[in-house]
Amino acid sequence: MQDVNKIALYKILMLFSVLIISGFENFVSAQSKEDCLMCHEDKTLKGKKYGRSFSVFVDDKKLQSSVHVDVDCIMCHQDLEGTEFPHTENVKKAECYACHDDAQKLFDEGLHGKAFKNGDRLAPTCQTCHGSHNILKVKDAKSAVAPIKIPFLCGSCHKEGSAVQVQRKIPQDHIIENYSESMHGDALLRKGLNVAATCASCHSPHRILPHTDPRSTIARKNIAATCTKCHSEIEQVHRKIIKGELWEKQSHVLPACVDCHQPHKIRRVFYAQGLADQDCLNCHEKRDLKSGVDGHSLYVNYDDISTSIHAKIACSQCHATVNSAKIRPCEGITAKVDCASCHAEVGEDYKISTHGKLFASNDKNAPTCSECHGTHHVLGKLNSKAPSFATNIPILCARCHREGEQAAVRYVGSEKNIINSYTESIHGKGLMKSGLTVTATCTDCHTAHRELPHTDLQSSVNNKNISNTCGTCHFGIEEQFNKSIHSTLITKTDKQLPVCNTCHSAHNIRRADAEGFRMDIMNTCGKCHEDIAKTYFDTYHGKVSQLGYVKTAKCYDCHGSHDILSVTDPLSHLSRNNILTTCQKCHKSATKLFAGYFTHATHHDPEKYPWLFWTFWGMTGLLLSTFVIAGIHTLLWLPRSLQWKRELKKRKEARLNDEHNPENKV
Amino acid sequence: MTRKINSITEPQVQRFTRLNRILHILMIISFISLALTGLTLKFAYTQWAVILSHILGGFESTGFIHRFAAVIMLSVFLTHLIDLFRLKKKENKTWISLIFGKDSLMFNKKDLQDFKNSMKWFLGKGERPQYGRWTYWEKFDYFAVFWGIFVIGSTGLLLWFSEFFTQVLPGWVLNVATIIHSDEALLATGFIFTVHFFNTHLRPEKFPMDIIIFSGRVDLEEFKIDRPAEYAELVEKGELEKYFVEPYQPIVIKAIKFFGWVALSLGFSIIVWIIYAMLFVYR
Repeated sequence: MQDVNKIALYKILMLFSVLIISGFENFVSAQSKEDCLMCHEDKTLKGKKYGRSFSVFVDDKKLQSSVHVDVDCIMCHQDLEGTEFPHTENVKKAECYACHDDAQKLFDEGLHGKAFKNGDRLAPTCQTCHGSHNILKVKDAKSAVAPIKIPFLCGSCHKEGSAVQVQRKIPQDHIIENYSESMHGDALLRKGLNVAATCASCHSPHRILPHTDPRSTIARKNIAATCTKCHSEIEQVHRKIIKGELWEKQSHVLPACVDCHQPHKIRRVFYAQGLADQDCLNCHEKRDLKSGVDGHSLYVNYDDISTSIHAKIACSQCHATVNSAKIRPCEGITAKVDCASCHAEVGEDYKISTHGKLFASNDKNAPTCSECHGTHHVLGKLNSKAPSFATNIPILCARCHREGEQAAVRYVGSEKNIINSYTESIHGKGLMKSGLTVTATCTDCHTAHRELPHTDLQSSVNNKNISNTCGTCHFGIEEQFNKSIHSTLITKTDKQLPVCNTCHSAHNIRRADAEGFRMDIMNTCGKCHEDIAKTYFDTYHGKVSQLGYVKTAKCYDCHGSHDILSVTDPLSHLSRNNILTTCQKCHKSATKLFAGYFTHATHHDPEKYPWLFWTFWGMTGLLLSTFVIAGIHTLLWLPRSLQWKRELKKRKEARLNDEHNPENKV
Repeated sequence: MTRKINSITEPQVQRFTRLNRILHILMIISFISLALTGLTLKFAYTQWAVILSHILGGFESTGFIHRFAAVIMLSVFLTHLIDLFRLKKKENKTWISLIFGKDSLMFNKKDLQDFKNSMKWFLGKGERPQYGRWTYWEKFDYFAVFWGIFVIGSTGLLLWFSEFFTQVLPGWVLNVATIIHSDEALLATGFIFTVHFFNTHLRPEKFPMDIIIFSGRVDLEEFKIDRPAEYAELVEKGELEKYFVEPYQPIVIKAIKFFGWVALSLGFSIIVWIIYAMLFVYR
């Protein structure tokens, strides 16, 4: 900002001088602007340099609106002063330093200036950034160096794939991309805050130097000053981490701004560590170091840290109450590490979660950060050895949530045998058996740090939020579901509408084409649609299902599953236009009339199905009358038949007697 | 033992032709198959149905058995009709004289008389009627098959070829056909396995079974008592000896009885199942 002010001051001085000098010049000099434009107004005018022809047309309009409107051509093109027309074709570049000598000096000291001096053809000049005849005020939004244009301006050379980025030694990559994702870039480019830091704010506009140069605005000892140009109160909010004033006084020991806040978004080159860690290790490397309070070991295996994701984080960043002003800087350390000082968002989530609430109430079972993540050997969740790596999460959670363990014991909900059920579920199998790390683990549904019981409206597994949670992976399904009759977005009712786990369960999720699921779905739908489920069992599909076979149509084969709509909806699978296609999924040669079959018919409803009702009662009448008549006939016959049997026996005996005594024969 | 000696010593009378006996056996096999497989669907809500359906190889398998048995039963029916044509030709009669002839299974005046007299006999107000070649309940059974084949067969075909028939008929006809098919089948199985079984096999004088339909021959003595009118007529015409036949070997009788027992047991099991399903599980 100071630079800008200086520039403004110089401009005013310059204008004065120009006004004064121009009064003289008209007498002394042969060339006024008009003289030059006599030729250079011609759009077809061509110059030639190094054998290449180029336009030397000067647009007077642009010149008129530029900051240099009152500056004569020869003020910049000094080598042409007093030359005859037409002047030589070998014209030097415009000389800005005549007026802007301070800026020129800074430029010469910087990387750009040195490169230019060394004849680097990629080196930028004043014109590369500021333009030539059309230079505008910096504050003018149309200026080439207006804040919002700076990232693009610098990016034209420093973006990936550009000649500078490829051929010159630039220690960072993806600078522009990362910047645009950073808080500064976001503020400038997306929110249009033109006070947001641009490239030039940190690197200075003209004297760009590498961070290794002590004069650089981004050198370790200067970075605090650079950042506090804007973040002037930042020391107040960093008291928890470090004593503010030490940043500038003892910048070699303490972490610099960029140690925590990467210069662009992703940091590849790290500043050399301060000495702080070594100071700590002087004592903590000793294996027999014990706490004076309770005697627990204070030994720190530095290998644990150096192989952890916090390898580049200094001890004092976590053990933040360290005070390097003291002889024993660590004597201020009394509390456990508060990870939330860096992982603020995670910390907030944890506080809301059941885990965090238990911790706040001093519950001894409450898991803390270190319970899951470890202490010095913290690994990122993408590291396969980390307890928070996808395939390890169920094992991690099972430590407390397996049947019989402390969390399972105090759990009062309806889910049973959660860990084993999960392991057998499609997600568990996908993760543990197929090794698919994208499969949902505990934390994908319950969140990693904000797990809450499903009854809590804030919970990711609350009825209100569950479809959204499942939708993070099953996006297309959620989209369909949100349009379906079961979605609260579509159906407004006091009744409980089904959500993902109503049908799929929470921890026992199976493939929807698996036998168990196909059989259970009828009961699941039947829980709410009791009557319609009953009538389903009165027809062929239902009867075969009752016998235990999966092949006949189940609820969702006809009604659809996630895209289920009211049968009166024209988009429903069962609407007038779609029903035939639905039937034809199984009944290939079904006709329009065929689709008129009642799949939920009942013969108990004379209003809705008179034909079925009267047929049933007709048949029942026929049955009853036949059986009554035949039954009476049989019952009457039975005693007589018994009598007849005895009679026949008598007759037979008599006949046998006759045969044995032939004399008796008549 | 006495009976065995009798059966060897006494002549037997031919009552059924070989074709009729074969047809009846096929009828039994197809009827029981149809009943078992059909009732698994009708009583799908019973545990019995689930077990039976799995024993028979699943719903697709029972479906196949059902249709296969249906084809057999229709063939039996058609064969009988063809046999009637053959009989008409053989006896050189008109249809009228064949159908309304004395030995026909068509109801006639004597049947009405027999029925009245039977009722009297049942109520103890008369003697046992002089039954002829066919009793009225036998004739009823015979025509019940005609009715059953027509009703169950037509609705069955409608359901079998539902996609074909619904080119013309509305879909709800299938629902109606299902009710008719299933309830008429219930009537048929219920009637055959109770009334027919009692009339033919279980009434005390025939208990436990009458094997005439399988052997086709009856003891002369039994014939005299059972069908007095027919016996008297044959004696009068002097044609009785024409029908005398040799009795079957004991091994054949054993096989027949085994088959009879299987059929009877299946029939009873089905009745028990139906009663259980209707009384205790029906919703």
